[in-house]
Amino acid sequence: MKLNERSVAHYATCDSPADHAGFLRKRVERHHHHAHHHGTSYQRRWFVLKGNLLFYFEERESREPMGLVVLEGCTVELCEAAEEFAFAIRFDDAGARAYVLVADGQAAMEAWVKALSRASFDYMRLVVRELEKQLEEACKSLAACRKSPRRSSSSSSGRKRHLSNPALQPLQEKSTTLENGYSTWSSSGCVASGAICTDHDGGQTKPPPLPPRRRSAASRATGSPAPGLSPAMPESPVPPETICFSKLHNWYGQEIAVLRREWQERQKRGH
Amino acid sequence: LPRVPAVLKKRLVKLVVNFLFYFRTDEAEPIGALLLEHCKVTKEEENVFSISFIEEPERKYCFECATEEQCQEWVEALRRASYEFLRRSLIFYRNEIQKMTGKDPLEQYGISEEARFQLGAHRQ
Repeated sequence: MKLNERSVAHYATCDSPADHAGFLRKRVERHHHHAHHHGTSYQRRWFVLKGNLLFYFEERESREPMGLVVLEGCTVELCEAAEEFAFAIRFDDAGARAYVLVADGQAAMEAWVKALSRASFDYMRLVVRELEKQLEEACKSLAACRKSPRRSSSSSSGRKRHLSNPALQPLQEKSTTLENGYSTWSSSGCVASGAICTDHDGGQTKPPPLPPRRRSAASRATGSPAPGLSPAMPESPVPPETICFSKLHNWYGQEIAVLRREWQERQKRGH
Repeated sequence: LPRVPAVLKKRLVKLVVNFLFYFRTDEAEPIGALLLEHCKVTKEEENVFSISFIEEPERKYCFECATEEQCQEWVEALRRASYEFLRRSLIFYRNEIQKMTGKDPLEQYGISEEARFQLGAHRQ
């Protein structure tokens, strides 16, 4: 499958800041149908996380990545491997290979797991949509600037796992007690109270539509809060898009001496 | 799914997060993909738009759509398709909400310290 490799490599190596970077040991995956399985081995690579893309390089100074892992439709889990500080990136698509990675220590492992589990585009999009709504609400309430009825909560789970719809109330209201929520005084003169509600689709004027929503499993990494959305977004069976990503993984997952050569030849031909 | 014939070849094109996959019509597996980071989407002549990348701006991937309306939809969608665009939007909304309400909206998710969401982070 073709890819705009030059652009991809440029993005990987340009000086836009990485979300995380460091050495990790990557387990070498052997095909199971080989007659003799000589045990696992690991190779130390330089990893760079930018957005939802995890690049790895042969060396820190390498000018082009060896491979790329697209962090969509995946989970990041601690690993029961023989190695200490191991974690795995696994995909919803059963056909896609998993990546077992080993960090240098406990802190490094935790940092990587945290960074990777929040890396997906889908997660980012979720948060952005929620903030869009919150901003809309904040604007409306400021404009109206009158008492609005408090929303009752319909769930009592941990705050981190739900979206909250702040209901703004005017400054005149002195009371600071709220059901299941908390209040703060804001510099702009309105009280924002947090109440835990289920998400309901506003249906009001929205900004221009974002790309079509993909349903994929929210990250289920240990200790990382996955924002649970309303029941309107169920866990779907493997969406067809993951076939595309499998292809990307498989394509990059090959030892790419051949690919590099091809690429260099194309460069020479001026493509 | 919209059909987007390229200048020479008819392809089925699918936008999935920050990748634009393209298929020969009626095939399940894509024949290629474009990563949509650091790219520029330009409206060209009628029904046509192009994508070019920062390190090679003169090289344009051209797409011809069935209608002008479709073309505009694609341009809009593709301009918002990069992870970096999404990140900038998030930082913008976070900042605005913070100014209006005095509260950091990311606190409730426990992600306010996350490096990727920081205000003033220099990003392309």
